[in-house]
Amino acid sequence: MSEKTVIAFHETAEQAAALQKVIENHKGQDGALIPVLHEAQEIYGYLPIEVQQKISEGLGVTMAEIYGVVTFYTQFSTQPKGEFKIGVCLGTACYVKGSGDILEKIKEKLGIDVNECTPDGKFSIDATRCIGACGLAPVMTINDDVYGRLVPEDIEGILAKYM
Amino acid sequence: MEMVNIKINGEAISVPSNYTILQAARQAGIDIPTLCYLKGINEIGACRMCLVEVKGAKGLVTACVYPVNEGMEVLTNTERVRSARKTVLELTLSNHEKKCLTCPRNQNCELQRLSDELGVTDIPFEGETIQREIDASSPSIVRDNNKCILCRRCVSVCKKVQTVGVIDAKERGFITQIGCTFDKPLNDTDCVMCGQCIIACPVGALYEKDSTKDVWAALADESKHVVVQTAPAVRVALGEEFGMPIGSRVTGKMVTALRKLGFDKVFDTNFAADLTIMEEGTELLGRIKDGGKFPMITSCSPGWVKFCEHNFPDLLENLSTAKSPHEMYGAIIKSYYAEKAGIDPKDIYVVSVMPCTAKKFESEREELAGTGYPDVDAVLTTRELAKMIKEARIDFTKLADTGFDHPFGEEASGAGVIFGATGGVMEAALRTVSEVLTGKSFDEIEYNAVRGTEGIKEATVTIGDLDVKVAVASGLGNARALLEKVQKGEADYHFIEIMACPGGCVTGGGQPIQPAKVRAEIDLKAERAKAIYDEDRSLKVRKSHENPYIKQLYAEYLGEPCGHKSHKLLHTHYTARPRLK
Repeated sequence: MSEKTVIAFHETAEQAAALQKVIENHKGQDGALIPVLHEAQEIYGYLPIEVQQKISEGLGVTMAEIYGVVTFYTQFSTQPKGEFKIGVCLGTACYVKGSGDILEKIKEKLGIDVNECTPDGKFSIDATRCIGACGLAPVMTINDDVYGRLVPEDIEGILAKYM
Repeated sequence: MEMVNIKINGEAISVPSNYTILQAARQAGIDIPTLCYLKGINEIGACRMCLVEVKGAKGLVTACVYPVNEGMEVLTNTERVRSARKTVLELTLSNHEKKCLTCPRNQNCELQRLSDELGVTDIPFEGETIQREIDASSPSIVRDNNKCILCRRCVSVCKKVQTVGVIDAKERGFITQIGCTFDKPLNDTDCVMCGQCIIACPVGALYEKDSTKDVWAALADESKHVVVQTAPAVRVALGEEFGMPIGSRVTGKMVTALRKLGFDKVFDTNFAADLTIMEEGTELLGRIKDGGKFPMITSCSPGWVKFCEHNFPDLLENLSTAKSPHEMYGAIIKSYYAEKAGIDPKDIYVVSVMPCTAKKFESEREELAGTGYPDVDAVLTTRELAKMIKEARIDFTKLADTGFDHPFGEEASGAGVIFGATGGVMEAALRTVSEVLTGKSFDEIEYNAVRGTEGIKEATVTIGDLDVKVAVASGLGNARALLEKVQKGEADYHFIEIMACPGGCVTGGGQPIQPAKVRAEIDLKAERAKAIYDEDRSLKVRKSHENPYIKQLYAEYLGEPCGHKSHKLLHTHYTARPRLK
């Protein structure tokens, strides 16, 4: 999985206009970058290079600095999220109960890495911190569905429900 | 400034209230080690090398950012402080690639020096290491993150001083590294290759792309006539590489060393600087007479030219079309000189020794091939020349002085030499333009208004009945500020000189690297510039248009400045470039 799965960028006129408005609202403010990134991610679902370039030009912040901030915080993503967002908890309890193996199995089944999205736009994988369901460890979520006490053999059947 | 009284190691001192502990200690002659600190550029307390004890404070504090206050008692040399600093250093070393023997910064590395000074005898932390890919995509600069200690000195100089900002810290924690947006190679960004990051780096994480191998190979090739030229700023800094004091003028020794290395001819780029003044000055006079595009902006600094192509494409028409001096020289060597010496230009190999890393990129520009061959075949930095001299076992400090070779360069003008300092191109141009415009000869030729190390200088110079408004900027942040004024219509200069590096070529990215501690005490750009102006004063001819060989070149070959032949050989054009590939 060394080659990154790259999804082509598409934007609607509404998205472009919304981002422009966000940039104008924050322009000239100290610390404008992080709120703009949050709102941009709301608009596009993620922060690809094309969006970061618009923010860079709009706010006068260098591309390298923006990329630094985006890669520093795990809630920002440079990859789109799927229709079904899979979250595998790597908190301490889940991890010692084998969530690492669960994650490996999902990556293998979908052919993508953490923070990536399948080319058909269906699934994306996030490695999350503790989601507060330690009693069910190891835990994964798919959108709002929670699956607990998992073993790697469960994965195929669970994913099949969303295919 | 209000003063406060503090005690350092029991010694009472009085210092300005806006001082940090580090500044106060240095005033008192007390040494505190630093690593990420670079005066005026990077003062962020990141590396924790400068830890000291402050009585009453909870933990140890970082002296480089901690402000003094009345009654403060500081201890810099307790067991607790020494042990904490040593542990910090050992941790920094734990995932540093410790290949000192083969490192480009061997024996000029701040990390290596600290390991010695702090008495590190082994590295107790054998932790995880990450193997990073070396980025050698750029024709000028190599980035090796295996050596990087994340001090951010390069990031700060690139972003804050140069306003280029193509590198920054990305990711977090143990996997943090310095790099470009979306992990792009440096060459795919709007890096201008000025090399200020290299001279800011305390270790071997940044260095120039090596050209010494190519030059050694050319020197060994008997079919090649290998000609070398040296930029003005090289002669006032090269001595530092051999332990000579900052500001030493080593012109004669440098020429002797180049001959001993085996170059067939040793020419002086100052001659081409004189040629640049003839062409650029004539271009300026033409714009004044015919109402051309103003302000006209100098084009000698390839870092600046690339910056303009990326950031100010609307000002490209304002750039002088004159090539930079060493490129002009290359074209003249492969045409006029080749003809005169009866050598086929294909057999001539031109090496430029430059204080600059951007010149390596410049020499690869396809349009800079006035004779059909590249004007310049290889560019060495001042540091690379020093390495070659050392490798050849030449005892530099003991060399006798010799002069540059005929037919040109033996007596270049003082106007040519001052190209090495900020304001120098402007002053050289004014010396010539004033006399050509008025037809008179002036004795008063030192234009002090454009001298000095300030980032932006402005002056109005009266020449005959014309008020010529000029401005000089060095450092790209200053250039950006000045040009934004021009774009907004807030300034109406006739002529602007811009050099990419703060202070001009004397502190270029290819110059000898002085550690942060020396840079905190000595203003390199002022010391080296002083040597440049001393050199100017020592020369018989101080105006470009009075250089007899320049007159001869025009009479025998070029005809007139900005004439047909000049346009073919000595002028160029520019291209708008995208920010990212």
